[in-house]
Amino acid sequence: MYSFDYQKAKSVADAAKVLAKDGDAKLLAGGQSLIAAMKLRLAHPSEVIDLGTIKELSGIKADSKAVAIGAMTRHAEVASSAAVKKAIPALASLAAGIGDRMVRNMGTIGGSLANNDPAADYPAAVLALGATVVTNKRKIAADEFFKGMYETALQKGEIITSVSFPVPKRAAYMKFKNPASRYAIVGVFVADSGTGVRVAVTGAGPSVFRVAAMEKALAAKFAPESVASIAVPEKGLNTDLHAKADYRAHLITVMARRAVEAAMK
Amino acid sequence: MTVKVSLTVNGKPASAEIEERTLLVNFIRDTLRLTGTHVGCDTAQCGACTIHMNGRAVKSCNMLAMQAEGAELVTIEGIAKADGTLHPMQEAFRQHHGLQCGFCTPGMVMSAIDLVKNFPDPSEELIREQLDGNLCRCTGYHNIVKAIKAASQTMRS
Amino acid sequence: MATPYIGASIKRKEDYRFLTGAGNYTDDVALPRQTHAHFVRSPHAHAKIKSIRKDKALKAPGVVAIFTGDDLAGAKVNGLPCGWLITDVNGQPMKEPPHPCLAQGKARYVGDHVAIVIAESYQQARDAAELVKVEYEELPAVVRAGDARKEGAPAVHDIAPDNTCYVWGLGDKAAVDKAFAGAAHVTTLEFLNNRLIPNAIEPRAANASYSRADDSYTLYVASQNPHVERLLMTAFVLGLPEHKVRVVAPDVGGGFGSKIYLYAEDVVCTWASKQINRPVKWTADRSESFVSDAHGRDHVTKAELALDREGRFLAMRVTTTANMGAYLSTFASCIPTILYATLLAGQYTTPVIYAEVTAVFTNTAPVDAYRGAGRPEATYVVERLVETAAREMKMSPAEIRRRNFIKTFPYQTPVALLYDTGNYEATLAEALRIADVAGFQGRKADAARRGKLRGLGYSCYIEACGIAPSNVAGALGARAGLFEAGEVRVHPTGKVTVFTGSHSHGQGHETTFGQVVADRLGIPMEDIEIVHGDTGKILFGMGTYGSRSIAVGGTAIVKAADKIVAKGKKIAAHLMEAAEADIEFKDGAFVVRGTDKKKAFAEVSLAAYVPHNYPLDKLEPGLNENAFYDPANFTFPAGSHICEIEVDPDTGTVSIVNFTAVDDFGKIINPMIVEGQVHGGLTQGIGQALTEGCHYDKESGQLVTGSYLDYCMPRADDVPAFKVGTKETPCTHNPLGVKGCGEAGAIGAPAAVMNALTDALGVRDIEMPATPQRIWRACQESKMKKAA
Repeated sequence: MYSFDYQKAKSVADAAKVLAKDGDAKLLAGGQSLIAAMKLRLAHPSEVIDLGTIKELSGIKADSKAVAIGAMTRHAEVASSAAVKKAIPALASLAAGIGDRMVRNMGTIGGSLANNDPAADYPAAVLALGATVVTNKRKIAADEFFKGMYETALQKGEIITSVSFPVPKRAAYMKFKNPASRYAIVGVFVADSGTGVRVAVTGAGPSVFRVAAMEKALAAKFAPESVASIAVPEKGLNTDLHAKADYRAHLITVMARRAVEAAMK
Repeated sequence: MTVKVSLTVNGKPASAEIEERTLLVNFIRDTLRLTGTHVGCDTAQCGACTIHMNGRAVKSCNMLAMQAEGAELVTIEGIAKADGTLHPMQEAFRQHHGLQCGFCTPGMVMSAIDLVKNFPDPSEELIREQLDGNLCRCTGYHNIVKAIKAASQTMRS
Repeated sequence: MATPYIGASIKRKEDYRFLTGAGNYTDDVALPRQTHAHFVRSPHAHAKIKSIRKDKALKAPGVVAIFTGDDLAGAKVNGLPCGWLITDVNGQPMKEPPHPCLAQGKARYVGDHVAIVIAESYQQARDAAELVKVEYEELPAVVRAGDARKEGAPAVHDIAPDNTCYVWGLGDKAAVDKAFAGAAHVTTLEFLNNRLIPNAIEPRAANASYSRADDSYTLYVASQNPHVERLLMTAFVLGLPEHKVRVVAPDVGGGFGSKIYLYAEDVVCTWASKQINRPVKWTADRSESFVSDAHGRDHVTKAELALDREGRFLAMRVTTTANMGAYLSTFASCIPTILYATLLAGQYTTPVIYAEVTAVFTNTAPVDAYRGAGRPEATYVVERLVETAAREMKMSPAEIRRRNFIKTFPYQTPVALLYDTGNYEATLAEALRIADVAGFQGRKADAARRGKLRGLGYSCYIEACGIAPSNVAGALGARAGLFEAGEVRVHPTGKVTVFTGSHSHGQGHETTFGQVVADRLGIPMEDIEIVHGDTGKILFGMGTYGSRSIAVGGTAIVKAADKIVAKGKKIAAHLMEAAEADIEFKDGAFVVRGTDKKKAFAEVSLAAYVPHNYPLDKLEPGLNENAFYDPANFTFPAGSHICEIEVDPDTGTVSIVNFTAVDDFGKIINPMIVEGQVHGGLTQGIGQALTEGCHYDKESGQLVTGSYLDYCMPRADDVPAFKVGTKETPCTHNPLGVKGCGEAGAIGAPAAVMNALTDALGVRDIEMPATPQRIWRACQESKMKKAA
């Protein structure tokens, strides 16, 4: 790890000030991706601003319409939250499958979304549920948030403070894990809001994306067979040692079908 | 540059001036000389560095020591009784031959205690699934799974 | 008599310290005035080193010293030796290119050592390492065994322009060719035996110090054999007097072969500790382990089996190309030859066998023994062939094996080995029973109803362990002896310290050897301490590998204990005024036969150290005995593994629903420990079959699987609860009747899994590791075939 300056942010405004001043500063949320990258000397921030002590960034508020999750809320808290389990069980179960138990005790939803790793799980939920990402400056709709591999709509000095998920009628997330890293090779989140269906895919492409053909078919009939024969073009999908693009394309269909099955249970 | 970190380890206060980039595991091993917590990888996969922070299992190799400022840590050295009697999880690992070379063992035991805390009556399948953050190259996991299952019974009673 | 310890599942003595964090591994050792080292490694698979500039790095904070290959050459530090000379088919010695501890002139694989940077802290060393400016001129690289001898392939070493280390043969080629010509059926398979990275969870580490006071060195190192490490380092590399170097291998976090070898880092840290007159510590990051630990396997093989109409094996012909990597590691040359081709008879009476092995250099990390070492590769050849032949000839896999099993012993194979004993039908029958093979068709039909494919696969392996009769090994090219040493020191009070050359890094020797000695001396285990891993304490040792510890190391200890009893009888005879011939040793006491006169063990030991009433004219005082044991033959553990798997054709995911292993390890000292060894071996074998594969990029020579994010280690949910059983046919040529158990699982499992998988998919072969992607593709292909 390269040397850096460290400070604990006293407030979001405080953190934003430092961020705006120093272009090479980085926010530290749970650190499960950032510290790992820094250890391998793949990331070299000049300054690390630790959000860990800002209490108001943590916590879950839920009612019958929406679940709002503070940016610094750990995956384990979302996974075990009775409110989340009740309102959006698919979200709790997604959180329970991120990384491993130890990673879930540190990793945060805000950190995960700001990082926008192509194989991360949360982006699929945010996009499929049509969530709103709330920052210190504005509210960003899910469809506007994810811009590409490790790229988001966040501007300089902008900090995620919470994420608000509308409660769907039914939803489910199915993940096919990379056998080595256990990240998503393909993760498909299917959400039926009652007024429409959204299907979001993570892991397969450079960034999370929606599958319009599946959404249309499911809106017509919410059943596994509606997506079972919808093939996603392999063009533009990721290819690596573990899964070439054609395999990923195939897995999207299988995971989508299984997600619909699960959502109907 | 250095920063000061103060925290509690195994019930005792600890504090030191450290480099900002000091990982928690290096603070534990090199500064406090509690060498039971191990480092087996550099990508936060193997889990040999697992400790408890404020009652939850974390990978001490994947966080800065400063992230543990003010926290209560428990390491493998801190779970047996003062008279040396083993924690039920340690005892179960011994009874069921859940360790061989011993290197992954501290992290495995700390993870397993957290597992049972979260799932007091785990099935074999659940134990296997919940051990995905810990690698063992010696045991083939068979006896680790048996040990955790057995410990879950004794820890409940 | 007291309950014997041998055969009992005694809880391990070593566990308390490991469970409480009180183990003492090499990286736990911190010495006064400690410095820390980081190695500059080649980022290129093959490159000329045009210049190395260290001036900037030397000025970096905390830097103590930086050394390069030129510094070592200037100090006349030799390269790393290879411990086994293979003579090729033309009677020529293998090509042995120099293996410098720090690269000289060229770097030959990604991770090759270029310089050592020593600083006050690890972070400072690593910071400064980035300031060492190495100017490389990249050269084309070759990484795959199958490409090494192709026209135009870049030469890794000038002395081997065609990248060939040796072409070696074993067996009667003419007789084999003749048998094939007359065979009713020939089964042919071509496959890769995938390259693996050992991945002991403790990364390699070394901490070396030098004392000017007596011109001596101490090296703490994560090693499986500290004496061999010292011998090779002093006699061959550094030219130091052996008695001035102490090598300590304290608690070691797993080895699996990868910690047998003398590595460059160990040598360079030791040498540097004198140059700077301070201790030098190096601990590998996992990323470094991936690129610099010796890898395993990596064969390309064509194998043929000739059969008669009844499915009897007539001959076997095997051609293998084995990847040695960029340099010859300590035992690299003997793995794909002596430990591979000699096992090709398997459990069968195949009358003639010919194997030809070509060893090649490539721009990859050195390849050497990894759990099983040659024998998993041989078992894979034999058992995949046999199962495929059975399918082709429409015979049951069990029946074709039974028809060809060796049934009378001793049995001389056509590939040099003399099996002393075994009962292959018994292990197979037991495995069939435990695995409920009879019920398989029902389970398969049930799986089919759920849209899943079930398959069943067998593997009846044999291994040669207890390495080795030194004269036999010597005749085959070994440059070292392969005996083991032990010492039994009885203290005046009758308590015992045992010193063994067998190192324990997970095997539980402190317990198993304690059981053996306790029974031999008739004393409680609590009265015995086992000491290993320190050349300063132990007279000598050849170390732990090849499942040899109990068979060779254990026997050395037994011999020493027997000498204690023999001397004790003399002392007891004197004390009880009886004839020595009338003394018998029973339940820990020396008894005058046919009387109630006896002396307890502790009474005799006390007399030996307080020799007031003692035959000093005939007998030395004291009670301490050494023994060296050189085995008369290898031991031959064997067994039957049966794997049942289920494939999800939609995703290619496979789950092992049942894995049965019935092994014959001869006499078993501690069943709990033996089962644990089997579980671990099986998991590594399953890992080879389904998850683990080392992958270098063909063009760049970069290691793609350089971390746990890409190299798939088996996790708890990748393996099932194992069903294990044993059958005992005691080894005939050692006093304990033991054979060894450390590698069996890794040897037998890959073929069982792959036989099950090919059965489920209805395909001839699928490449290991059979990842979900590969399985899915195989499903697609067979779907397409069926459609066509």
